[in-house]
Amino acid sequence: MTSTIPGGVDCDLHPAVPHLTSLLPYLSDYWRDQVTTRGMVDLVSQSYPPNSPISARPDWRPAQGKPGSRLEDMQAQALDPFQVAYGICNPLYGVQMVFSEDMAVAFCRALNDWLAKEWLDQDARLRGSIVIPLQSIEKSVAEIERCAADPRFVQVLMLVMGDMPLGKRHYWPIYAAAERLGLPVGIHAGSNYHNPPSSVGWGSYHIEDYVAQSQAFQTQLTSLIVEGVFARHPKLKMVMLESGFTWLPPYLWRLHKFWRGIRMETPWVDRAPLEIVRSNIRFSLQPVDAPDDPAVLHRLFDHMQSDELLLFSTDYPHWQFDRNDALPKGLSPELVRKIMIDNPLATYGRLSQEAVREKTP
Amino acid sequence: MNVQFRDLPEQAASAGAKTAIADCDIHPARATRTELYPFLAKRWQEHLETYDKHAYQGMMEGPPYPKAQPNASRRDAYPPEGGPQGSSLSFMQKQHLDPNNVVLGVLNPLATGQGIRNQDLAAAICSAINDWQIEKWTSKDSRLKGSIVVANEDGPAAAAEIRRRADDKNFVQVLLLSRNVEPLGQRRYWPIYQAAEDAGLPVGVHAFGFGGNPITASGWPSFYIEEMVGHSQCQQTALASLVLEGVFERHPKLKMIMIEAGFGWTPSLCWRLDKVWQRLKSEVPHVKRPPSEYIRDHIYWTTQPMEDPERRQDLFDVIDWIGWDKLLFATDYPHWDFDEPSRVLPPGVSDDNRAAFYLGNARKVYGLG
Repeated sequence: MTSTIPGGVDCDLHPAVPHLTSLLPYLSDYWRDQVTTRGMVDLVSQSYPPNSPISARPDWRPAQGKPGSRLEDMQAQALDPFQVAYGICNPLYGVQMVFSEDMAVAFCRALNDWLAKEWLDQDARLRGSIVIPLQSIEKSVAEIERCAADPRFVQVLMLVMGDMPLGKRHYWPIYAAAERLGLPVGIHAGSNYHNPPSSVGWGSYHIEDYVAQSQAFQTQLTSLIVEGVFARHPKLKMVMLESGFTWLPPYLWRLHKFWRGIRMETPWVDRAPLEIVRSNIRFSLQPVDAPDDPAVLHRLFDHMQSDELLLFSTDYPHWQFDRNDALPKGLSPELVRKIMIDNPLATYGRLSQEAVREKTP
Repeated sequence: MNVQFRDLPEQAASAGAKTAIADCDIHPARATRTELYPFLAKRWQEHLETYDKHAYQGMMEGPPYPKAQPNASRRDAYPPEGGPQGSSLSFMQKQHLDPNNVVLGVLNPLATGQGIRNQDLAAAICSAINDWQIEKWTSKDSRLKGSIVVANEDGPAAAAEIRRRADDKNFVQVLLLSRNVEPLGQRRYWPIYQAAEDAGLPVGVHAFGFGGNPITASGWPSFYIEEMVGHSQCQQTALASLVLEGVFERHPKLKMIMIEAGFGWTPSLCWRLDKVWQRLKSEVPHVKRPPSEYIRDHIYWTTQPMEDPERRQDLFDVIDWIGWDKLLFATDYPHWDFDEPSRVLPPGVSDDNRAAFYLGNARKVYGLG
């Protein structure tokens, strides 16, 4: 393994909502009444069944309750051992799956308020992502604006599988708001299951859905690039979270070849896809889908042709690595510093602003 | 990907100097709308005239994403006697097979009965296409070999068609498309794999197809380029399904060929599959070995559209991880994204690897010496 260094940023932590009832204090009277009267159950997504081995590392699994549902565990298992300066919380609660726009708005609001009060207020290292009710673009923008008033919210969070490809113009008001407010848009593995969880239909197994996340990231990246999101919003950063990254170079070779062949179809894409990725797209480190052999990993990093693309992540409490081996073998000290500190700070502008403010009386 | 508008009259003259190659992805077309009718029962001719194909997509004519060129084909590939590109044997010989010294050409008909909702019609059209391949192509030029197309959503009917053609040397593979009603490992397709294994025929899985599923897990994208790039993601998921459903565990002799979906994605997919299988194998106890081992033992890839990094060494790294013995050269003639044989491999590849890439691997997989 490669040792981590203090002062890094963990860009993918998953605090779990213990149960839908945990959000009751953050809901309006109407929605609190709806939840109880209608007997609504917990919003757990089958993307991460709580007892699935990948949903929690065996030694991170609590005796009871959902993995990642206790702050003390996250502190002892992730924040302290990796000595991070900041940890970005990406709640994966199934609010994206509901079909009612009004219900989604209420639940997202509650989820964001719950995160601020029960996590961000409790540990100064923690930062949050704004979960948005994509069932309504207008309400999503409103929720971004509402939460962005709190500087501890450092990004907007969406799932990689949803109703429509994310580059579609339909979503652009969200990107405009994020760019204006200096918030990267994080896209995390997961689905609202409004479409089959793969591009060839419904597979039989949980393992298939998990493998298919990477292919979903690939199609979303194509959509975001060719629809012209970054031509319109050149300062917008997007972060692919829990996406894997070893697929990126061959994927870009293919996209580049077709872009050269049929760029007449999308003439606003006036830079090569690789350049767009370098300037606007980042990837969380875990999972590292690569063999243990550092020689292979060196070649893979070389294929990426940039040391600025990766952002440190543990994916806590998901089981991506054992012991403290969050960094793969054979990384140079320079690359470790880039991945753990420089790249996240360059991506999440709000972290640096805050760091500056803290240092300046 | 060379879009050529020029006449190249000198091509035939230099044929003698060129290396013999296999082209494992050639698309034969019908010259007229009714060219298939002699191979179709009257009942189905009338059905087509009245109801057309009733496919898993809305457009009566043409694809939902307009292609980059008419018929997705080179503008210089129209036969002089008329008809769409790829519809004339003599012009295919003159423009492609002879000048490029193609000694083995595998035909992959695309507009077949696949992707049709009426399975009886699908079976009838597929069978007609198979007869048509013999009549129009393989019996007229011994370099060309056919693919058995089957009604892909009806496993038993597909298996019956394969068994009917099993001993016919005009055919060297069974042809499926990557996009179907369900991922390709699903049980409805198992009779196809059983019949192919029994017949000793590899199963080619060509990019494209219609099964009603959007080409992303988030619905339909806007552009043709997204469909084209997306075929590689469909292929990855289809291959993962085949492995994780245990198809290769049940069919240890089955070989499959991933056609026209790239190959560069393979190492990363294998690493991801192996890693997550270590965690989740209790869910799929029928998958007994690391997924990458099944892929190594059962899967081949055609090359076109070849991934094209600026730094060619990067591509060679990927080929080293996959194996030089796994790639089958293909041009995709007459489609617009044709890979020109002489430009695909740069200098620096060993003679053995070059020979395997262009011809040897194909002969081995297709059982042609």
